[in-house]
Amino acid sequence: MRSFTYLSAPDVETAVRTIATEPNAKFLGGGTNLVDLMREDIEQPDVVVDITRLPLTGIEDLPGGGLRIGALVRNSRLAAHASVRTRYPVLAQAVLNGASAQLRNMATVGGNLLQRTRCLYFYDGAAACNKRAPGSGCAAIDGFARNAGVLGVSDHCIATHPSDMAVALAALDAVVEVESTRGVRRLPLTELHLLPGSTPQVETALAADELITAVELPALPVAANSRYRKVRDRASYAFALVSVAAAMEVEDGVVTDVRVALGGVSAKPWRAHEAERILLGAPATEESFLRAAAAELAPAAARPDNTFKIELAQRTIVATLRRLRTDGSAA
Amino acid sequence: MVEVRLRVNGVDELLDLPPQVSLLDALRERLGLTGTKKGCDQGACGACTVLADGERINSCLALAVQYTGREITTIEGVDDPLQRAFVRNDGFQCGYCTSGQICSAIGMLAEHAQGAPSAVTEHLAGPAELTGAEIRERMSGNLCRCGAYNGIVDAIQEVAR
Repeated sequence: MRSFTYLSAPDVETAVRTIATEPNAKFLGGGTNLVDLMREDIEQPDVVVDITRLPLTGIEDLPGGGLRIGALVRNSRLAAHASVRTRYPVLAQAVLNGASAQLRNMATVGGNLLQRTRCLYFYDGAAACNKRAPGSGCAAIDGFARNAGVLGVSDHCIATHPSDMAVALAALDAVVEVESTRGVRRLPLTELHLLPGSTPQVETALAADELITAVELPALPVAANSRYRKVRDRASYAFALVSVAAAMEVEDGVVTDVRVALGGVSAKPWRAHEAERILLGAPATEESFLRAAAAELAPAAARPDNTFKIELAQRTIVATLRRLRTDGSAA
Repeated sequence: MVEVRLRVNGVDELLDLPPQVSLLDALRERLGLTGTKKGCDQGACGACTVLADGERINSCLALAVQYTGREITTIEGVDDPLQRAFVRNDGFQCGYCTSGQICSAIGMLAEHAQGAPSAVTEHLAGPAELTGAEIRERMSGNLCRCGAYNGIVDAIQEVAR
């Protein structure tokens, strides 16, 4: 690993001021992605600003019934929190389905969101990768693409964002709070990550000097009836082939509120607006679930290696909604 | 160089390190505590698992400087019934992953005692019984390429009872 200057920020103001004045600096949270990428020379910061001593580790109830989660809350703490388990079970389940227990003890909420969108070729310095070396091409498109995306992909990049947590947050209408020397701003989580287009090296809507300080969940009654389903190549500790975060309310056999988001299929956590539009007001039947899932995946574009994901995603949506209807929430 | 103060297995240590040195390398190369193993060096295998203030972490992805002021426990500082249970239950063959497995299991049992759920917990709101399936899921961050998993699960279950 290349050497760098290490600074530990005592407060948010110092952290954002330091990052704004250093041209090639990175915030360091739990380190589970950044340290790995630095060891592989993919990330080469001159200055590392350790933010783990910032006072952003709380989980607090919001006046209107929502929840405010500090950006430095460790993933394991988030998943174990009583309010998350009972009011937003899909979020607890998603976090628990990500990485390993050791990594969840280290990784922060903000860092989980800002882990790099990546595939095997992103890590392989000998391979073409428009994300690692813009303009060099994409080795995945004609290469091993089993884990690649099928929604919102481009000719420049087909990598997926690997976070499970972010998929649940996308379904829950989460809002991300961001701070810089210019002040505080808030954006919907679904607008944080960008599709690759012709600039896959630009992965988020954040400027280089912006720090995620918190994630807020709105009061959302439907969230109490929610589940996360992850399909992967081994039973645990693997990235999703496909995952589904879903929340659904059914009254008199009719869907009265619903949230669906997909993981493992895109460079961003994929909020399934089209599926939701079809489900809302429809009978909570297998036929509706199938129709909604098919409509969401209609624009999908796959490579030979990952064509299976299009049907797998539909089946996983249907299975998750069916389970919600018959067994209720994961809590 | 940065100054790093660690308390390792109950002993205060003061190290002067380049900031890119991992906690794993600091333990092994600077303090001579070679019980903690380097497997993949990228957070995928769990051989480097140690306890930081009682919580299990991958020391290969931890910069030593980030852990200044923390209490680190490595296998050299462990005296736990799990060690004898691993021997009794054939919880290893070559032994390379074992120190990580033991540290991980200590952290895992503490998490379970505090009521933490796992991905296979049926009802998230309530406590989870430590079944074989729960142990396998909670220990999935520790690989054993000899395939001693059945013995590992038996050893942990024996101690948990």
